[in-house]
Amino acid sequence: MTDPGVIAGQVGPSDSTGILQANLRRADRRRKFRAYGLIAPLFLFLLAFFLVPIGSVLYFSISNPEVVTMLPRVTQALRTWDGQSLPDEATFAALTEDLKQGYADKTLPKVSLRLNYEVSGFRSLLMRTGRKAKQLTAPFKEAVIAGDGRWSELVYWRTLKGNDSGFTLHYLLQAIDLDLQWDGGIRRAKPENRIYLANLRRTLWIALIVTLACIVLGYPVAYMIATAPRRLAKILILLVLLPFWTSLLVRTAAWVIVLQKAGIVNDVLIGLGLVEEPLALIFNRTGVYIAMVHILLPFMILPLYSVMKGIPGDHVRAATSLGATPRAAFLSVYFPQTLPGLAAGCLLVYVIALGFYITPMLIGGGGDQMLAYLIAEYATNTANWGLAGALAVLLLACIGVLYPLYQRFAGAGGMKLG
Amino acid sequence: MALPLHATPGQRLWRLTFRFICVLVFVFLVAPIIVIIPISVSSSSLLNYPLPGLSWQWFEVIFTPYPWMLSLENSVIIASATTVLATVLGTLAAYGLTSVEFRLKPLLMALLLSPMMVPLVITALAAYFVFARVGLAGTFTGMILAHTVLAVPFVVITVTATLQGFDRNMVRAAQSLGARPLTAFFGVTLPLIMPGVISGAIFAFVTSFDEIVVALFIASPAQFTLPRQLFSGLRDNLDPSIVAIATLLIVVSVALMAVVELLRWRSERLGAGVDTPQA
Repeated sequence: MTDPGVIAGQVGPSDSTGILQANLRRADRRRKFRAYGLIAPLFLFLLAFFLVPIGSVLYFSISNPEVVTMLPRVTQALRTWDGQSLPDEATFAALTEDLKQGYADKTLPKVSLRLNYEVSGFRSLLMRTGRKAKQLTAPFKEAVIAGDGRWSELVYWRTLKGNDSGFTLHYLLQAIDLDLQWDGGIRRAKPENRIYLANLRRTLWIALIVTLACIVLGYPVAYMIATAPRRLAKILILLVLLPFWTSLLVRTAAWVIVLQKAGIVNDVLIGLGLVEEPLALIFNRTGVYIAMVHILLPFMILPLYSVMKGIPGDHVRAATSLGATPRAAFLSVYFPQTLPGLAAGCLLVYVIALGFYITPMLIGGGGDQMLAYLIAEYATNTANWGLAGALAVLLLACIGVLYPLYQRFAGAGGMKLG
Repeated sequence: MALPLHATPGQRLWRLTFRFICVLVFVFLVAPIIVIIPISVSSSSLLNYPLPGLSWQWFEVIFTPYPWMLSLENSVIIASATTVLATVLGTLAAYGLTSVEFRLKPLLMALLLSPMMVPLVITALAAYFVFARVGLAGTFTGMILAHTVLAVPFVVITVTATLQGFDRNMVRAAQSLGARPLTAFFGVTLPLIMPGVISGAIFAFVTSFDEIVVALFIASPAQFTLPRQLFSGLRDNLDPSIVAIATLLIVVSVALMAVVELLRWRSERLGAGVDTPQA
């Protein structure tokens, strides 16, 4: 713009447009750079404290470092083993050497715990042999087996061989009730270990029931608010927002108190003569459904309301004036127009319900725990990070499947209240 | 909508039933929260009605330094720091996102909002895995960083929505009068989008103040927040002091909700939209 040629008018019109275009492009680029510069801090922040940690969850679900790093010699020696008969003397010697070092470095408990996930009893075997490894002398094969006869069983050696790589699909397969064999084969897990798919089914089922209940309770209420006079609608919306703003833990606590055996709900039911004995409403599925529906209902009502508010009342009036019964007018004129809101509400409720943790933990019984509970349990109590990671991947996959739908219906629009 | 004058008795009955069902749902939504509040001033330790008498004893219990007031202090520290961090990062990003168009914008937006999509337990697990390695587990910094991750999408959504109703010609006018970009931002843009920024900040504060799952995973007792302490109380001994804490949390939530709703009503009246995202 400050090009002297343009100012002096010494260049032709076509040239000046070219310069103008170049200038505009440059200004545009500058604005883009500035925009990127404004977004960059948040992007980098989320990269460091959200995306990398989430990546680590995926990493832990396939990472298998313990055996290869802590028992390096024996895993190396087992690479050439065929797995059909007991390994040779050199392998036993490598084992003794690894155990000796592992005992001295105090890495043995960690690797024993890891192997114990696959074969129970492996921990005691390793720890016992490890303690005595220093005194063992050649020939190691006889000495090791004399120390603990279990070393003459193939299963322990096969498990060691099965872990000769730093990465494994073991946890991911375990999370869907499959068992990775030592030779790479995949079989169904033993019946007593098939607990994860059942838990997944339960999680999907609870979320489904809660979503259906939210439709049944939420649709009429959203309709009522959308068709109420302005002033009343404002108050009614506040009644929906009150639980929505109240902390999830407080709402869960409220239900714990209200649903107890000697709680308010039972008192009222007995007082009204509806039941004789107090009902068991807590530490079972009923309580979980009640509390979850209560917590998630606003997520159904608000997107429905926001869509219904935009539907002109004269559509239904036109249908009825043309002879439709109220029911036909509702079903063929009103209801179809509310579908985007209904879809948004259902997806929101379903996706959020899938990840529920606190409420089932405090209100449910042992048979009402969802996937999130298992994830937390493995992460913090049994410190089986691989399995915790794999179950997290499973839960993320369930949500990932719904994500495109979610983007379409609930994306930015579903996040709006009014 | 009022029923037409020619409605049949059947229609009137249906209308009545419909309203009755709706009222029941409203009772279901609000009653459990309201009904526990009076228990916090009960003179007995039973969590039940009728109250034998009134007493402030449970509030006296929670207004002792340990553990409740310490955890309140922790909550306020963590939530305040989270609010500042999330509001600054989120507002800058929202301004950048709305100032230009580019192809990858939907993807970037999805990325910035992704902490909202991922179940809390997975975000907490991720923080637990990584924070322990870099010395952030069991620290205030760790809690603040993890809470900011959870809170920042709400700021991005509220401020982006406000900026969409914001007339960019205002900035051009300021710049044509000689204002530098920064001056224009602080002198013109920020005051005009302030309601959205405040709403976003309140959402950020509430997200942190009410958060429990991350606290369960990465907080050590020195950082126990009010919800974390409430969680322990719920598991160990259920008495009205728990209800007193719950009441306190309800009052804070209602007060903050009132501020956000007032801002929304005001901006609706003024014609600019402040959107409130869902927590």
